[in-house]
Amino acid sequence: MFLKQLSVFIENREGRLEQVLDTLKEENINIISLSLADTSDFGLLRMIVSDGEKGKEALKARGFTAMLNPVLAVKLSHQVGQLQVLLSEICKAGINIEYTYALATGNDDASIVIKTADLEKAAEVLQKTGVELVSAEEL
Amino acid sequence: MIWNEAKECMSRDEMRHLQSKRLVKLVDRVYHNVEFYRKKMQVLGVEPGDIKGIEDLHKLPFTTKSDLRDTYPFGLFAVPKTQIVRVHASSGTTGKATVVGYTRRDIEIWSECVARAFTQAGLGRDDIIQIAYGYGLFTGGLGAHYGAENLGATVVPMSTGNTKKLTTMMKDFEATAIACTPSYLLHIAETLEADGDIDKIKLKAAICGAEPWTEQMRKQIEEKLHINAFDIYGLSEIMGPGVACDCIYHKGLHVYEDHFLPEVIDPETLEPVAEGETGELVFTTLTKEGLPLLRYRTRDLTSISYDKCECGRTLARISRFKGRSDDMLIIRGVNVFPSQVEAALLEMGETAPHYMLIVDRVNNLDTLEVQVEVDEKFFSDKISELENLTKKIAHVIQQAIGLAVKVKLVEPNTIQRSMGKAVRVIDNRKLV
Ligand SMILES: [Zn+2]
Repeated sequence: MFLKQLSVFIENREGRLEQVLDTLKEENINIISLSLADTSDFGLLRMIVSDGEKGKEALKARGFTAMLNPVLAVKLSHQVGQLQVLLSEICKAGINIEYTYALATGNDDASIVIKTADLEKAAEVLQKTGVELVSAEEL
Repeated sequence: MIWNEAKECMSRDEMRHLQSKRLVKLVDRVYHNVEFYRKKMQVLGVEPGDIKGIEDLHKLPFTTKSDLRDTYPFGLFAVPKTQIVRVHASSGTTGKATVVGYTRRDIEIWSECVARAFTQAGLGRDDIIQIAYGYGLFTGGLGAHYGAENLGATVVPMSTGNTKKLTTMMKDFEATAIACTPSYLLHIAETLEADGDIDKIKLKAAICGAEPWTEQMRKQIEEKLHINAFDIYGLSEIMGPGVACDCIYHKGLHVYEDHFLPEVIDPETLEPVAEGETGELVFTTLTKEGLPLLRYRTRDLTSISYDKCECGRTLARISRFKGRSDDMLIIRGVNVFPSQVEAALLEMGETAPHYMLIVDRVNNLDTLEVQVEVDEKFFSDKISELENLTKKIAHVIQQAIGLAVKVKLVEPNTIQRSMGKAVRVIDNRKLV
């Protein structure tokens, strides 16, 4: 039900993002989706990759701080406003949305990664609306 | 075990008597053999006959690091060069090196003092000791080496630089002790951890020194490696490592005061401070032949206690250093010691113990940035949590030093681990 997201701490220094991507490439790990959140001092790279465990170990070996944590991903139809409907359902249930970003599955439909405070509960709420969650096997 | 019970456990009266006897001889020697001291004493109107015991110590002139530099290389040596069997030198950050010389007897006394320290750490002839200080002009490597040999232990002269070889030999030789800088030992511990080798070593003690460290860092080393860690102190001008060392009770470092007479003074007024008060540590080398020094100002800040220790030693104890009078940063008029920041970080326990202070001056206002490595255990996928961590660190440091700081999280292993003295401060202020 959940996907494993690979998060990496990167300093705002030239070439650090590239080194993360190089490391994953060398290990033959495919980056399915990526989002970079940044502050004035550091960046937080969040990724859905083909092999999270292997990615984390490879990055740690290169001296990066990396972790895996569960996130939800839902499939969206190309209907106007569907994302708004889903997010408002989560909010109505009193669950805090921490961040979201687009997930590229390679299929025709759009998907989105959602991280909330109570993931179990958010998944329940979403499934009640009838949307389909993206499973790890589909990636 | 006590290496030299007669000296380490003598009564205070006996110790003062011995120190007085040795001081009188020392003053006579330097007055007649070192022009620098003869002139200094003449300026003060003091003659050797005026010094009858340690109660007259305050009449004698001080010696500073710059006196050693000004008389570079051998100007303060008190014996002909034929009697000097070894020299060491420390590279000065401000130019000329400081050169120190030893007679054969100086080397013997040095080995005796280091053997006392290793004994205090519970070591003896059955132990295998890796010496991982730099060998060479730096006093750390050879000083610890001769002491460990004198002890009768099996010495492995690793020096620094090849951590993999060191950890491999630590396992294969079943080394029971290591002598190195505390930051290098943390690096070694991290390497052992990364290789899953912590449980494969037989280490029981570490004797660390040559750079400032905190009690929290000592405990962290003990917990990581499941060993006892001891704090050894020394400086090349006085001898090298082995001027003082703590015992298993860790309530201050025992000074081998039958050879090195300690004083604690106010660095501003130069008057002695009361027992237990913090001030600058000053040493007079009672038995040194090659380079005897009167009242050498170490710049290290400490306090002294003359109470008998639970271990049975009566030797005076100096507290863990509170900084150096010349490491002290004055930021916006506030005295800041890097060791305060380190203690605060370790106490908080949510970062790696590696940090760097960056001082700058922006629009005539001093700024202090503290760079801290993000520890894997406290990493988060949420910006807000990382920002909370930053705020918390800033708060803890502000509480400790009384100054607002900017905290910057940096990637692991980006702050250098030193094999010699750690660089903890970058001061970019251009003072005109
Ligand atoms: Zn003791």
